Amino acid sequence: MKHRVAITGIGIVSVLGISVSEVAQALWDGKSGIVAEPGRKSLGFASCLTGSVPPFPPSLSLSKKQRKTMPDFVQWAAEACRQAIKQSGIDPEALRNGDSGVIFGCDSSCMSVVEQAQLLLEKKNTAGLGSGLVFRSMTSCISMNLGTLFKIQGACWTLSAACASSGHAVGQAADLIAFGRQERILCGGAQEINWQSMCSFDALGAFSSRENCPHTASRPFDAERDGLVPSGGAAALLLERYDVAEKRGAVILGEVAGYGFSSDGENISVPSEHGLGRAMRMALATAGARTEEVGYICAHATSTPVGDSVEARNIVGLFGERTVPVSSTKSMTGHELWMSGAAQAVYSTIMAGREFLAPNINFETPDEWSAKLDIITKARPAAPRIILCNSAGFGGTNASLLLRFARQR
Amino acid sequence: MTDQKVIERANAALAQEFELDLGSMLPDALFREDLGLDSLDTVDMVVVLEQEFGIKIGKDPAIASIRTVGDMHAYILGKKREISPSPE
Repeated sequence: MKHRVAITGIGIVSVLGISVSEVAQALWDGKSGIVAEPGRKSLGFASCLTGSVPPFPPSLSLSKKQRKTMPDFVQWAAEACRQAIKQSGIDPEALRNGDSGVIFGCDSSCMSVVEQAQLLLEKKNTAGLGSGLVFRSMTSCISMNLGTLFKIQGACWTLSAACASSGHAVGQAADLIAFGRQERILCGGAQEINWQSMCSFDALGAFSSRENCPHTASRPFDAERDGLVPSGGAAALLLERYDVAEKRGAVILGEVAGYGFSSDGENISVPSEHGLGRAMRMALATAGARTEEVGYICAHATSTPVGDSVEARNIVGLFGERTVPVSSTKSMTGHELWMSGAAQAVYSTIMAGREFLAPNINFETPDEWSAKLDIITKARPAAPRIILCNSAGFGGTNASLLLRFARQR
Repeated sequence: MTDQKVIERANAALAQEFELDLGSMLPDALFREDLGLDSLDTVDMVVVLEQEFGIKIGKDPAIASIRTVGDMHAYILGKKREISPSPE
């Protein structure tokens, strides 16, 4: 039996804000969360641009022992999870059983690896490294910390698939619930923000060089785009088996009704002509939805010359020309990397609940392929019933989530 | 530095690291059973004591036999000659 999968809570710690309401306002206003960090220039970065999550007082009280095993981005994820749990109205005790899981997308914990190596060179004895770094430096540090923090007894693992990590994490969580193997899963993604984790990416020349005007640097689909801006944060969703959520009287924000995945099977860094399109087709097929029912595409588009063009071609190939509104929230957030797929699901749930579509800021001049898309340049009132969220990553991995929303009225 | 001063500094440093009530750090208090510390905390105890007193402990096998707060005091007093003066 295949079950429906409800979204009953969302949480976000983003460069746009640290609560759903702050982020909703920023998405409506078309606010940018990009800043210049001049220190990166003196280190030899080609671009000093980055997203920035300002320090904030956590609402979740973590002990010093808990913080020892948590890098900053895991603390952000804990905060996002707390928001999602609170919104869902579920008793946190209801997560302490084998029917509850945690699946997060993450593909590095770079800063902690650097820290442990530096500390050893200084101390000359591994005994001086302390107890926390071994946990902090693992890629799965996010699921192991969230699992123990929320006392999860079911699925508990991290999914690594480059910039599609958390798109796949949300999709896999939905599948496990749909197939009756879990009743609820906290899922999402998180991404660290520091120069240590981004220097080798900068080496590829992939980042925007519009350093004198940071808020205009990320310009997905625009003809003058010159690269992405690295960013980060944490996004969380509480997914529940629809009938279980309904029975406990939960407010259902939406559904993860479909999940498609594919791999290009071609190039490690250059996306293919058809890979993302195949993932979108699979998402539609698993949901039993038609292309004409899709009311909005939250694009992966990161502001790179090749990637955005390929996504535009994939969208046109499946939907035809200018049939469905499209925007990339990365125009405001920068590229949230491991976090991006789950972040798009959270942003889309926010938009659906408030009945608007966020703009693709800085889209001024279309190129050959983006001219064939209906790109949203200013927040647009709309109540889409079906939203597709695309993500794609190095190695040619693609994820597409199909979210379904009930009519508000 | 008096033995009492060494004990006070050791207690204060460990209480801060492990978020313990200073009043609970009685000489016969068991780290594991009474104060709730685990094997990971033992790793950090070494780091904290090294930092607090400017001494080298490293992987000293004697650490494994520390069970009570009093054991810890005896261990650190045994290294008293290595202890650097108080930073105060």
